[in-house]
Amino acid sequence: MKVNLIVNNQKKIFECEPGDFLLDTLRTYNYLSVRRGCDTTNCGVCTILFDGKPVPSCSVLTAKANGHQITTVEGIQAEATKIGKHFGDEGADQCGYCNPSLALTVYAMKKELNNPNMEEIKEYLVSNLCRCTGYIAQERAIKSYLGDES
Amino acid sequence: MMKLVVTEYLKPKSLEEAYSLFIEDKKNHIIAGGAWIKLSLKTANKLIDLEELKLNEITEIDHVIEIGSMVTLREIEINPKINRLYNGILSSAIHKIMGVTIRNVATLGGSVMGKYAFSDIIPVLLVLRTRLVFYKHGEMSLQEFLDNPKMERDILLKILIKRDLGIGFFKKVAITPLDFSILNIAISKNAEGFKICVGATPYIGKLAVKAMEYINGFKNVSDEKLLNCANLVVEEIKFSKNNRASKEYREELAKVYVKRGLKKVIANEG
Repeated sequence: MKVNLIVNNQKKIFECEPGDFLLDTLRTYNYLSVRRGCDTTNCGVCTILFDGKPVPSCSVLTAKANGHQITTVEGIQAEATKIGKHFGDEGADQCGYCNPSLALTVYAMKKELNNPNMEEIKEYLVSNLCRCTGYIAQERAIKSYLGDES
Repeated sequence: MMKLVVTEYLKPKSLEEAYSLFIEDKKNHIIAGGAWIKLSLKTANKLIDLEELKLNEITEIDHVIEIGSMVTLREIEINPKINRLYNGILSSAIHKIMGVTIRNVATLGGSVMGKYAFSDIIPVLLVLRTRLVFYKHGEMSLQEFLDNPKMERDILLKILIKRDLGIGFFKKVAITPLDFSILNIAISKNAEGFKICVGATPYIGKLAVKAMEYINGFKNVSDEKLLNCANLVVEEIKFSKNNRASKEYREELAKVYVKRGLKKVIANEG
């Protein structure tokens, strides 16, 4: 079947099976920043924005997204660069596998929550797993990004 | 890569069309949010998406909050009216379900129709005296729906919760934050009295009718009566073991948290 998606503000027509999930379709069409992790909605590395809201692309059918806005990390380049800088400055980067999804979720959180405290930040990021770090440097980086109005 | 084999994916424009598609074949499924589809379905004929049917609104009519079956768990969690309902019992139960990302996908309708034994939502809806509105069967209580596993296929349109004054308590016990509950307790109190529900026992949430009758028989509740009530809950609700917890552990948890929950509700009332 054909689906019409708006990916990173560009109209796209993708060919897929009715049972395909967005993760597979996006990767087939070379959106390789969308990564496969657990494939069962738990780890968060496949996160994309669906009409601006973070969702696990491994569990959203491509056909469901027909007519909707999809954003990958390439679609928020300026903000992702900024988030990346804060992560770098705080030494929060290791393998980088979870960075695109975390950047998208942090970006969505900044839009959704008004001046969140650390508990609210942690709660919003539940289900975004990082297997390298202990999250402490990430917490510092996220806090400094949220306060960055540049 | 997990594969789901589906013949067709449809977004019908009317309820009648959706209903006709749904009943024409048992292998046709309504997918609601679709959050569990990957883990629960391997093959299907037609998947029916209710997106076009305007079932994604939260409204209030005559002190009844009407939640469309396609409203996501996240939308409910952050809705100010629902946040104030029975001191936010439904919002706080939803808040503990996995992460924001999955709560942006899962819907309340899907959570009800799935009748999941591990559900943290069903016990809360039961103590909030929730009613459901179906396309063909009309209005019925959630309890009636749960008690009738042979009900013919139908489309859930709305979930109705009366916005009356009351106090709520919810406790989820899980091994890790992302895991399913090994037990959950929901308690409410309004002018009609207490409602107590225990879920993930590991069976679906069930109201503790005898315990409710006992505790509602008193105007003033002493510690001893609270303990008696908690013991009655354990006597009348069926607990079992599974890979997450033993029967005995669940029973002990239930005793402690029913007593603690009742105490908190009474304290909040004052």
